[in-house]
Amino acid sequence: MSVPSPAEISRQPFPKLLKDRYFATRIDTIVTVTFGLLTLWLLWSFFEWAVLHAYVDPEDRDACVQSEGACWAVITARWRIVLFGLYPFEEQWRSALACLAIVLTTILSCLPSFWTALRLSLLWIVGFAAFYILMRGGILGLAPVSERDWGGLALTLFIFAAVVLIGMPLSIVFALLRRSNLPWISRTMGLVIDTIRSLPLLTIMFAFAVVIPFATPDWMNGQQLYRVIVGYAIFFACYQAEIIRGGIQSLPAGQEEAAKALGLGYWQRVGYIILPQAFRNALPPTINQVVITFKETSLVTIIGFFDILASGRAASGTGEWSFATIEVYVFVAFIFFVFVFSLSRYGAYLERRLGVGTR
Amino acid sequence: MSAMFKNRRTRDNVLQAVFVGSLVLLVLAMVLTARTNLSAQGLTSGFGFLERTTGWRISFSLIDYSTSSTYARAIIVGLLNSLFLGALSLPLATVIGIAIGVMRTSGNGMAELLGTIYVEIFRNVPLILQLFFWYALLLALPSPRNAEPILASIALTGRGIYIPGLNVSGGSVLAAVLMLLAGVGLSLWAGKNRWSRAQRAQVRREKRILWAATGLLFVAALWLGRIPDTPLLTLPEPRGLNFDGGIRISPELFACVIAISVYGGAYIAEIIRSGFNAVPRGMREAGEALGLSGLQIFTRIRLPLAIRIVMPTMINQYVWLFKATTIGIAISFTDFFMVISTSINQSGQTLELIGILMGGFLAINYTLVWVLNRVNDAIALRGTQLRM
Repeated sequence: MSVPSPAEISRQPFPKLLKDRYFATRIDTIVTVTFGLLTLWLLWSFFEWAVLHAYVDPEDRDACVQSEGACWAVITARWRIVLFGLYPFEEQWRSALACLAIVLTTILSCLPSFWTALRLSLLWIVGFAAFYILMRGGILGLAPVSERDWGGLALTLFIFAAVVLIGMPLSIVFALLRRSNLPWISRTMGLVIDTIRSLPLLTIMFAFAVVIPFATPDWMNGQQLYRVIVGYAIFFACYQAEIIRGGIQSLPAGQEEAAKALGLGYWQRVGYIILPQAFRNALPPTINQVVITFKETSLVTIIGFFDILASGRAASGTGEWSFATIEVYVFVAFIFFVFVFSLSRYGAYLERRLGVGTR
Repeated sequence: MSAMFKNRRTRDNVLQAVFVGSLVLLVLAMVLTARTNLSAQGLTSGFGFLERTTGWRISFSLIDYSTSSTYARAIIVGLLNSLFLGALSLPLATVIGIAIGVMRTSGNGMAELLGTIYVEIFRNVPLILQLFFWYALLLALPSPRNAEPILASIALTGRGIYIPGLNVSGGSVLAAVLMLLAGVGLSLWAGKNRWSRAQRAQVRREKRILWAATGLLFVAALWLGRIPDTPLLTLPEPRGLNFDGGIRISPELFACVIAISVYGGAYIAEIIRSGFNAVPRGMREAGEALGLSGLQIFTRIRLPLAIRIVMPTMINQYVWLFKATTIGIAISFTDFFMVISTSINQSGQTLELIGILMGGFLAINYTLVWVLNRVNDAIALRGTQLRM
């Protein structure tokens, strides 16, 4: 028997669908029952741990230690540390608003009506400026807060947004240089991109955090946070440049030739003909890359920054709650999951909508 | 001067010279500044420090190492640890990935559901968070005193996992693994150059000889390397506050292996799934028309075709996964990167060590890509009927 396509399946009546999808052959029945029981058991154990035997009230700390279930009390007691890190307590509403600004900017830039280069750049400049002013303070009567005190979700979002914001234009430059007709330029750029791509992100971050200060004059060093962001942005740009290059290569050669025949100059060809189409082709892998970039911001924990993962570890690091590490990890994982899952679902939706990949 | 720039070739050459020149200058300037800065701290540049003793300990090592070993040896220990971690995690990730990928394309609703849950959970959470999670879980296991061995051979304790082991020297294990690799390599080579043209009966005979010889050499290598006056097999036994005998796998290594293979498995599952979906329907229908069973269609038609389709993507994935092994530093697994960063802290020879780090990763990545490309060539289908 052959497997029906999804469209055929949804048209079938329910009992037949149940039979075809779950109990088609004897082996299918065995598989369905085994995996069904396994799924149920997993769900039930999780439910038991996370809900039935769980404690939420911080007063119940001692009961928590004895209990088999989850101790969400650590979250209710320490959620501010997890989300905001060392940010001054009375000012944490600013940190929350700043996170909201970045999230809103991201959601807005997912709307097709913002998809022109001008609108997108304006949106991100405004969103990012709002974030920075809220976090840094110093004007509009806001008390100044140094970057050293930033932490938690806000720091994660800041690194992510800054990396994409710096890395995206840089990646276009890299891709164009790599595609240059001048052999030495394209070869050198290719060498740089390939070398950086074959190094792990962690070593790049480490090099920018620890090694660069030796290799540059003092006035160029700046804060460690910004050095790491620049390093990460260059790393991001090298990957994104290859994605854009792939998008450019999938264009028919006739596009550029027609533009040349019309007498358009290099920048006109690139700006009006090549890049818009290349970006459209490269949209699914681009979103994938952005998703990976968001996930991997958590590596800054190792360099010693207080992002959401590090602040989560700090929340359960003290003796009082040290038994509840797993709960904090699950909480932080959930936050990451919400962001990453919605971004990747949006990518999948976009892929279907644009019809890219179904040709 | 301005006339010169109107000539397109001159202009192009100047442009290229400026671009390459400024990049080279940038790198040179950085290296020179670093050298002045470092020599101001009283450090001499050069690779002489590799001969000095380190004075620090490494918790996990495949070869002999002590605090009086040299930096060069410490770096080799780190490199071997990284390769070891990769050699354990990548195959495991592949196995998990194929299993989940098959589940997700099986056509059975329940298997697909379970596979989807797996992929969505493990792909959408950062690897380092997963690593911390598994590590915390392993450390929360009972202490060796309270741990009850499973089947009298495997003990899960907070201080490590104890499994049965062989009393053989490390060199003979290496030799045995090399024998196995040589056998696989030889069969790939023969499959490409010899067996595709030979008679079926002859191929079968030669395959049998090859695998029997490989197996014999494998066993012989282990047998010759056994440590005298000890039983060949050692089992972990509770003794005092700890376990004695068997092999102890440190929680750090174990957490790294689990995290990387579970995370990598989710990615590989997606690749495998796309591979299965790319096998033309006609292939399966042709198999059905020939009266092959479901299992035969799967093992003889769909799986071999899917693996060939996804091989190029998998090569990238393996390189990417291998680079991900550097996160071991987060839980103090002494891999290549951790040894280098400790060495930088301790010796201050920043430039040389960063050079070694880059060189090491470039060498490993290019070797991995080269080997996998040879495998890809060896298993590629000949003929024109199916270009994929």
